[in-house]
Amino acid sequence: MTRAVVETIESVEHELGRYTGRSLPRTEDRRLLKGQGQFVDDTWMFRQGYVHFLRSPHAHANIRRIDTSKADALPGVYATMTAAEMAERCEPFFRIAPDPAARIVEYPLALKARYEGDAVAMVMAETRELARSAAELIEVEYEPLPAVVDAVEAADPRSPVLHEEVGSNLAWQGIYDYGDIDWALENADHVVRIERLHFHRFSSTPLECQGALVNWDLGTGQVEIVSNIQFPMFASQVMGPSLGVRQDQLLWRYQDSGGGFGNKIAMYPQVAALALISRKAGRPAKWTEYRSENLLSCGMGNERTFLDIEVPVMADGTILGFKLRAFDDAGAYLHYEPLGAVIWSQVTPGCYRFKHVHVDYTETMTNKCPTVPNRGYSRLQHLWMIERIVDTVARRLDFDPVQLRKQNYVQPEDYPYETPNGCVYDSGDLPGALDKALSLIDYDGARELQKRGSAGKRIGIGIGSTLDSGTNNFGQARIINPDLPFSGNGEAATVKLDLYGEIYCTLGTSPTGQGHETTAAQVIADILRVEPGDVRVNAGFNKEHSAYVGFSGTYASQFAVTGINAAIGAARRLRAEIIKVGAAVLGCEEADIVLDGGVASYRGDSERAIPLIGIANVVYANNAVLPPEIADSVSLNCRYVYRPPFQVPDPETKRGNLTLTYAIQVHACVIELDEETGQVRILQYGAVDDCGRRINPQIVEGQVHGATGHGIAAALHEAFNYSPEGQLLNANFYDYRVATALDIPELKTDHIESPSPFTPNGAKGMGEGGGAPLATICSAIQDALGPDAPLVSDSHNSSERVWRLLRGQESSHVDVSSR
Amino acid sequence: MAGAHAIKVTINGERYERTVLAQELLVHFIRDTLGLRGTHIGCDTGNCGACTVRCDGRLIKSCMMLAVQADGCELTTVEGLAPPEAELTPLQQAFNTEHAVQCGYCTPGMVLAASYLLERNPDPSEHEIRRALKGNICRCTGYQNIVRAVRAAASGEVEVGV
Repeated sequence: MTRAVVETIESVEHELGRYTGRSLPRTEDRRLLKGQGQFVDDTWMFRQGYVHFLRSPHAHANIRRIDTSKADALPGVYATMTAAEMAERCEPFFRIAPDPAARIVEYPLALKARYEGDAVAMVMAETRELARSAAELIEVEYEPLPAVVDAVEAADPRSPVLHEEVGSNLAWQGIYDYGDIDWALENADHVVRIERLHFHRFSSTPLECQGALVNWDLGTGQVEIVSNIQFPMFASQVMGPSLGVRQDQLLWRYQDSGGGFGNKIAMYPQVAALALISRKAGRPAKWTEYRSENLLSCGMGNERTFLDIEVPVMADGTILGFKLRAFDDAGAYLHYEPLGAVIWSQVTPGCYRFKHVHVDYTETMTNKCPTVPNRGYSRLQHLWMIERIVDTVARRLDFDPVQLRKQNYVQPEDYPYETPNGCVYDSGDLPGALDKALSLIDYDGARELQKRGSAGKRIGIGIGSTLDSGTNNFGQARIINPDLPFSGNGEAATVKLDLYGEIYCTLGTSPTGQGHETTAAQVIADILRVEPGDVRVNAGFNKEHSAYVGFSGTYASQFAVTGINAAIGAARRLRAEIIKVGAAVLGCEEADIVLDGGVASYRGDSERAIPLIGIANVVYANNAVLPPEIADSVSLNCRYVYRPPFQVPDPETKRGNLTLTYAIQVHACVIELDEETGQVRILQYGAVDDCGRRINPQIVEGQVHGATGHGIAAALHEAFNYSPEGQLLNANFYDYRVATALDIPELKTDHIESPSPFTPNGAKGMGEGGGAPLATICSAIQDALGPDAPLVSDSHNSSERVWRLLRGQESSHVDVSSR
Repeated sequence: MAGAHAIKVTINGERYERTVLAQELLVHFIRDTLGLRGTHIGCDTGNCGACTVRCDGRLIKSCMMLAVQADGCELTTVEGLAPPEAELTPLQQAFNTEHAVQCGYCTPGMVLAASYLLERNPDPSEHEIRRALKGNICRCTGYQNIVRAVRAAASGEVEVGV
């Protein structure tokens, strides 16, 4: 592709560097270590009632009759609600999907059960235990219906239909076609065909479950919502029209959140239900999810099946692209979907210079828990598939997997690199990152070890290269539905100088452990030439106090770009005001003011100076001393909205720049595979990350650790298993095997720092990771299995599955045709 | 509904006499009745360790014990490790220095489990640390920096933060 032409941005890198880029310990930690944090369940309101949701035991069932009278009669029960009552009290949620899925009518409770765990009624009572007991007294007469639990099957017109008003199970369907895949397949020296690849369902299960405490104040009309929801402003936009309230009535806040990983984005049905029962009962409604409830119904990552994959390859190893059909499983409702049906295309060719790509994409609804974003949302499935392609090409055409990658990677000199669908990769050094990853695991030594072998054990070496695309262009939603009024992105921040010279920042973000209080203080300290400890950043999110835009929240690897540049912009505005006031007070030109160490002084004369408390004093409490034109033009309370330079993508051609930055992950590992049991043991694991300029390297490394841990856990331990009838077989932490300290090995990390030319601070968003461990571990298992083994075609490889692969049991066929 | 029972417990050095319901979990008693919210709930099944507290010196999961069973016991929660305004303990400081805290939800249980380990084994190996913490789930850190923090605390190499 051609070098991309992009809008010039003003770099602020020269103003950073005193504290930015340093591993300062986090300011958040003290309260969390001493048990002084405040998580949602730690919040309490006078007269609150505890809510319990009654959930369907059936995967698919009509509700013939529902009777709450016995629960209502129980002393201490404040209110009950059913879906029918919800339908009278609110409007259905608006839909992201176009027709026919736009016809789905969904209320906060379900009129028909569409998955095991679907909430059909709710109770509010004096205690948690009473609410649960009362829910058991609600009589529901179900008429069980046949269920469909496979995304490909769900597309079959003969399958049971979840939403009758849609007429089928289709959530979205479309063809992404770039370059000329038919030409490539005709003219390639080899075509590698893979029958099927399957990316499994799992979730990163934040340790704190979802929760909310909602008080609909009938006196003022304000709806106070304390909730660990991860994207409050999205929920606000969905809930306002549904509840028939103004945006200023919805007051979202929380202080600390026990992890999110995308899973807490789509909580709005529960929050809306709580608001309505609070209004009905005239009491605050408190709900904290049980873990079993969380696993059944909070949301799971996208499960995706890739079929009929065709890969044209030239004799020299150049891979031209791929053609395939993808079926994504949305689960029973579209709470954030079908956005995943376009989000994968941020990384259409993965890390490679593929020029011809054809994806026939179908997303269907099944009788399973709804999908929500999960760390690496919708891209990790696609990136895993591409890495399986590359490894399969290497294996079947006898290329070295390292050299094949290096040859096909986007090269350092290619940046900014335009992909076939118009995305622009900003910067990086993939071959360099691969070299570093291989050196972390002592690649040559590992190959020696593999050759030597040992009885009953096999050594495998795996590589995974992925991208963490950050700062979405929400205009990509229009590729899904051209009528959606969304595009661009952004974040807001305020930085103010308070009465006694204190510097205070509010952010529109909703952190879940990423250290926003620390890193925002680092950049603000650099801009205002003070110490980070002089800057206080508001904890959590508070819609009443904080600046926000419609995009405000913490998701999709963007804080280091959107949130931080909003804080930088607001701090620069405040600096300009401080200098303006300082010049007026000191009687000099603004250009002669030096701001440093909390003092504005005349250049070259440190005696002629005014401290920040003095600046604050003359604006807040002593303004008669200021010339009116100065007093009228400053507030010392500066808001800034950072807006990335995006244009609206073209829904017709499905082309456009969908994401601003591309952090790179190249991982490598060495595993030992036990022939008797199929058990995989990780001997070495190396992770190299390139996220541009790092604000706090220790926090970046922590995010790499976390994302890598999730990927390893998903690859080997964590998978949601549904029976053919739609029963979730592992809805607790015994059966859904969350990785412990014994499961995640020591991780070796390294980095490359390729500044993004598209962001003022040179940073790239990171934190989601690209799911590199899934690709890396599958690659290593394949390598350990040996040359004639079946394809590792599933992203989840339990000991049992590996054991079957060892015994030649094939689940997907690979075929090569050569000219 | 089951009956009510009078219990006497000492928590973080303070004595309490309260009436609890027979089915009330110790963790709910600690959090809701006494208002000590540093002890968290993560799984309801004893797997995750977010509700870890000390009971008569032993390390227990307070979601696996009824409040009535704690009658006569001496409990320590995260709030009892040091007074509210006190500096961080060396182990807590190591968690800060080594960036072993992200969301902070597992942190109180993790710190209690780690302090229990260090009391019994002042110089644990990496594997011993991992084994001692296997009942405490962390979803943010991949356990890397938690292991590092416990090692740093054991070796006394804790730098006080900037």
